[in-house]
Amino acid sequence: MIKINDLNFGYSKHKLLFKNLSMQLSNGHIYGLLGKNGAGKSTLLKNLAGLVYAQSGTLEVLGYNPAKRQPALLQQICFIPEEFYLPSVKIDAYVKANAAFYPNFDHAYFATLLAEFDIPVGQKLINMSYGQKKKLIIAFGLATNAKLIIMDEPTNGLDIPSKAQFRKIMASALTEDRCIIISTHQVRDLDNLIDTVIMVDENSIALKASVEEITNKLCFKRVKEMDDTIIYAEPSMAGYNAVMPNFHQEDSKLDLELLFNAVLAEKNKLKPIFN
Amino acid sequence: MEFRDNKAIYLQIAEYVCEHILLGKWKTDDKVPSVRELAVELEVNPNTVMRTYELLQNKNIITNKRGIGFFVADDAITQVKAYRKTQFMDDELPVVFRNVYLLNIKFDELEARYNTFVKENFNP
Repeated sequence: MIKINDLNFGYSKHKLLFKNLSMQLSNGHIYGLLGKNGAGKSTLLKNLAGLVYAQSGTLEVLGYNPAKRQPALLQQICFIPEEFYLPSVKIDAYVKANAAFYPNFDHAYFATLLAEFDIPVGQKLINMSYGQKKKLIIAFGLATNAKLIIMDEPTNGLDIPSKAQFRKIMASALTEDRCIIISTHQVRDLDNLIDTVIMVDENSIALKASVEEITNKLCFKRVKEMDDTIIYAEPSMAGYNAVMPNFHQEDSKLDLELLFNAVLAEKNKLKPIFN
Repeated sequence: MEFRDNKAIYLQIAEYVCEHILLGKWKTDDKVPSVRELAVELEVNPNTVMRTYELLQNKNIITNKRGIGFFVADDAITQVKAYRKTQFMDDELPVVFRNVYLLNIKFDELEARYNTFVKENFNP
């Protein structure tokens, strides 16, 4: 689905955000893209959608170079940005103007999503709340039936019932031929939804591994005392929440926040485990 | 469904399915929810549910009829009990034993408690 090779990118020539970044993504997965503020999550997503252009390296999405912005590719990409603008029209006018760009747009599915998200119809988009707008573009994006779905912080602004609804909708949106990439800081909103973790840090991919691979190699658990085997730990109520090599083939639950902090703090200890 | 922190999600989903079989909500030869249906209901990644179903297939608790879906296996209840017993012995009992040891609880005291518990809850 996506092949990135030796990508170099920077908003200015002198300061590169990505240096020789390489990675491959395949269909049938929901990827969770994590990284600190300013690590380049949104920029990476924009590269994939052809919204910014790399200095060097190759980028291939569904066999196309996104920087060329060919319609045949763009109609297969649904990009939900974190910040967006909606015009002062009603939903049906918006759909009429935009759905035509997506030959596989499913009007019935769109109507179902509007109902599931509890989005009022007949109101001008500009008068909707931020959360309602967000849900609208998510519904529109999914209804395009695009093969590549890119979402930048989709749960920002969603109320509590909408977040649960979002998870249900995404669980049903994942098909064998689709690739879904979600960037987020709200790991608790999405931690059971993603099956592969991608972490961007210091100009490249610090970690890319499936939840299964991570929990095969690492064990996340509460311990009473620190010992040498622990890679990273944070104090908790009764001891520590710790990450350690999975010596005893335990099936622990991935703690994304703890993993995130472990990757930032102990990159050198984790690198050999995942290579 | 509220997931706990101390166990892999795919195993918690396996417990959920086993619970339904033990309680008789899903009976032998019943079709179990499709991977997608269960993923939507539990708000989890379909690949995680697939992993659960592969595990339960290996334990002969559910069977896969190609093209139709997953079904509760013939002697599913026996298989669930065997699977749950292993899990209890390996995962839960050591925690109980630890407390029994630390708190210096005698086995006859435990046995009396156990008998009362069975009488109150299951009236054999």
